[in-house]
Amino acid sequence: MSDAVVKSSAPPFIANWRQYIPYLGFVLIFAFFSATLYNQGFLEPNNQLNILRQTAMISIMAVGMTYVLSAGEIDLSIGMVAGLISCVVAVAMDHYGAVGGVVAGLFVGGLVGLANALLTTRVGIPSFLTTLAMMGIARGTAMWMTQTKSVPILDDNFIWLFGGGNLGPIPVLVIWTLVIAVVGHVVLRRTTFGRRVLATGGSEIAARYSGIDTRGIKMRVLIISSLGAAIAGMLYAGRLHSGRFQLGEGDELSVIAAAVLGGTSLFGGAGSVVGSIVGSLMIGVINNGLLLMGLEYSQQLIARGVIIIVAVAISQSRK
Amino acid sequence: MPTQVAGNPPSKIAVRLTGVSKSFGGVRALDDVSIEVRVGEIHALLGENGAGKSTILKILNGVHAPTAGRIEVFGAELTEHTPEAAKRAGIGMIFQEMSLVPTLTTAQNIFLNNEIKGSTCFIDDSAAQRRARELFETLGVDIDPKAEVGALSAGQRQLTEIVKAISRNVRILILDEPTTALSGGDVEKLFAFLRTLKSEGVAIIYVSHRMDEITRIADRATILRDGKHVVTAPMSELTLDRIIEHIVGRRSRGFSDVKRLAASRGAPLLDLRGLSGPRKPRAIDLTLYAGEVVGVAGLLGSGRSALARVLFGIDPKRSGEIRIKGAPVEIKSPKDAIANGIALVPEDRLRQGLILEHSVESNTSLSILDRLASRFFVSSARASEAADRQIETLRIKTGSRDAPVRTLSGGNQQKVVIGKWLNAEPDIFVLDEPTGGVDIGSKAEIITLVRDLAARGKAVLVISSELPELLTAADRIVVMTDGRIVSESARKEFDDPNPGDDVGEQLQYAERKLSSIIQKAHAHV
Repeated sequence: MSDAVVKSSAPPFIANWRQYIPYLGFVLIFAFFSATLYNQGFLEPNNQLNILRQTAMISIMAVGMTYVLSAGEIDLSIGMVAGLISCVVAVAMDHYGAVGGVVAGLFVGGLVGLANALLTTRVGIPSFLTTLAMMGIARGTAMWMTQTKSVPILDDNFIWLFGGGNLGPIPVLVIWTLVIAVVGHVVLRRTTFGRRVLATGGSEIAARYSGIDTRGIKMRVLIISSLGAAIAGMLYAGRLHSGRFQLGEGDELSVIAAAVLGGTSLFGGAGSVVGSIVGSLMIGVINNGLLLMGLEYSQQLIARGVIIIVAVAISQSRK
Repeated sequence: MPTQVAGNPPSKIAVRLTGVSKSFGGVRALDDVSIEVRVGEIHALLGENGAGKSTILKILNGVHAPTAGRIEVFGAELTEHTPEAAKRAGIGMIFQEMSLVPTLTTAQNIFLNNEIKGSTCFIDDSAAQRRARELFETLGVDIDPKAEVGALSAGQRQLTEIVKAISRNVRILILDEPTTALSGGDVEKLFAFLRTLKSEGVAIIYVSHRMDEITRIADRATILRDGKHVVTAPMSELTLDRIIEHIVGRRSRGFSDVKRLAASRGAPLLDLRGLSGPRKPRAIDLTLYAGEVVGVAGLLGSGRSALARVLFGIDPKRSGEIRIKGAPVEIKSPKDAIANGIALVPEDRLRQGLILEHSVESNTSLSILDRLASRFFVSSARASEAADRQIETLRIKTGSRDAPVRTLSGGNQQKVVIGKWLNAEPDIFVLDEPTGGVDIGSKAEIITLVRDLAARGKAVLVISSELPELLTAADRIVVMTDGRIVSESARKEFDDPNPGDDVGEQLQYAERKLSSIIQKAHAHV
């Protein structure tokens, strides 16, 4: 082995210090709220578990978004798809039971993803537009099929498994997040598929010249993203015991912010599932902290917007 | 403007360059060049790729500032070197359809950002149409001012582009390969138009590789070689042979130290029969043998890269057959090409060859992901091993295998691309301009690498515009023009029959011979 390679093992950790900015940011924000909101119970285990529960859906969708962004595409339809799937599950469950509901939810989620994928890669509509249009279609379908009413879910097993339950002290929602995050991380980092996703987003032309089926990769990430949104939709449904078209509204913004905060590039080629989860938790902590500070909803919206812009600006400055 | 300065003898000169030099980094692109372009003449600028033509154009156009020297336009020195200043001085360059908006009419395009307004502050389209019609009529151009540019032929767009420049008081018109996209009839119309402009007192600088066009349209020509001025003379004093002689010249470059390992020709690996692409290449018959390097020479646009793209499944095959080791194969995508043992080191390393932000390891493992994986997971140990192997054998200078390839020098980046394909162990290597943008020392190193590939029994196809490099690398050289192979010769046919002792001089002899074949082939299209 040449000496050029041997001397290399030390520098990267320090050289790539910027990649740790998201984690540092999370720690700083967490420390800030811990100090200022100590008396409001910010650090109470219950409050902490609550943050984890509230961010589970964002985290899960952020895993899918990490794949989409890494491949150089975007998926704006996820929030509305989550809402649609909560309705599909609730309605299907009425007729075919819990298993039928879950199958229907995943099926419709996969179908939406396939539509996004085909329109983007075969017809050639940019994913930004495809998924923007799909947003409206998903929302409209959800409103139509439920007559804009909330559809109650009564199946206790479903409610336990998708949102309501606890395994010992740990909420099931946290387990869902953990499992999906670990699988997402390993697949992106360790499999040929993950490498191909990053290569496609890094330079589609170079990836194609290297023999990668970039169209196939883009199709798959869009389907993954929709399936992630479908699972998030089921968790919303389980947690709130009902399917409602409003669920997941505006989540696409939080999810994209979470991924970018976590170091995933909006321009493709670089992505980190762990980073996205941290980004999502950061958003959860901010929401919770602002609430405990006693800010009104209007003020919360403003403060959250400013904090996200600052954090993303810092994480983008590494370029 | 020409009328104002009439009677003032020195100002019969539209542009005068005096002792103009330009360096990029340490490289001299232009060396003490002096040229005069007269009012009302068509002045051809000739030279090989890299002779300095485009540098002159860019200096005139204000894109580059000269390192030394003086530029006068109609007697006034040009002190500011920006595109705006060049425009103000009356210099206009015609790019291939670059400045036209296809969804607007020709009249709207001609007055784009310069709109005619009525008494109100609204745009007066009908006035613009009238003015455009007048312009077209005086200049003898048959184009409808109301036609949408997108619906025009390439030739009509070209003419519209020139009329637009003239309408903005351009008195010095620069045309760079204006006929590449034009049909024969459109070329005639363009030439007629250029003659009209000439009689109106416009000075025209005309750059083209097509000798037949130059001899027909130009009044005088300036020939450049290696950034230096060789000669300026009226076309009547320049025969085709003399032009080629001036263009080719005598040169020496440092390839003489490349060690040519004697490779013996083995079995045929790749056989092309009547292979044609979408536009180019056309009806290519070529056989590559194991252990042999075949060089492809030709000017820009001769279809060399198109041949590489069809071979690698990027452009679709129109007709013909590709045989590998005797068996016909279908190559519909780069994936198919790789599966058939073909590797392509592409022309545009930065866009097509590398993912710049990714590490050396990630780039070198891209071609062999499946092989690095056991079941689902990529083994990072094997990926590192594959990267280290190439860093070592190709002597890639990098901080580590984890460094982004963006941080490497051009030569080392190219080695990463080659390393990527060495890992895949293909039988057939296609290299398109392998030393483009690489410094001279690394060039020789890369050419040595190419020879090594052949010595290891690979079949190698090298496309290059740099003739010394091609002559150093290749065992056999084919020349392409207009998408076809027009000549094929063994490397030794370029040798001086009475060789001297100087290796550099022998290379020069071969280079002159090859260059004149290329120029002549091009002149007879």
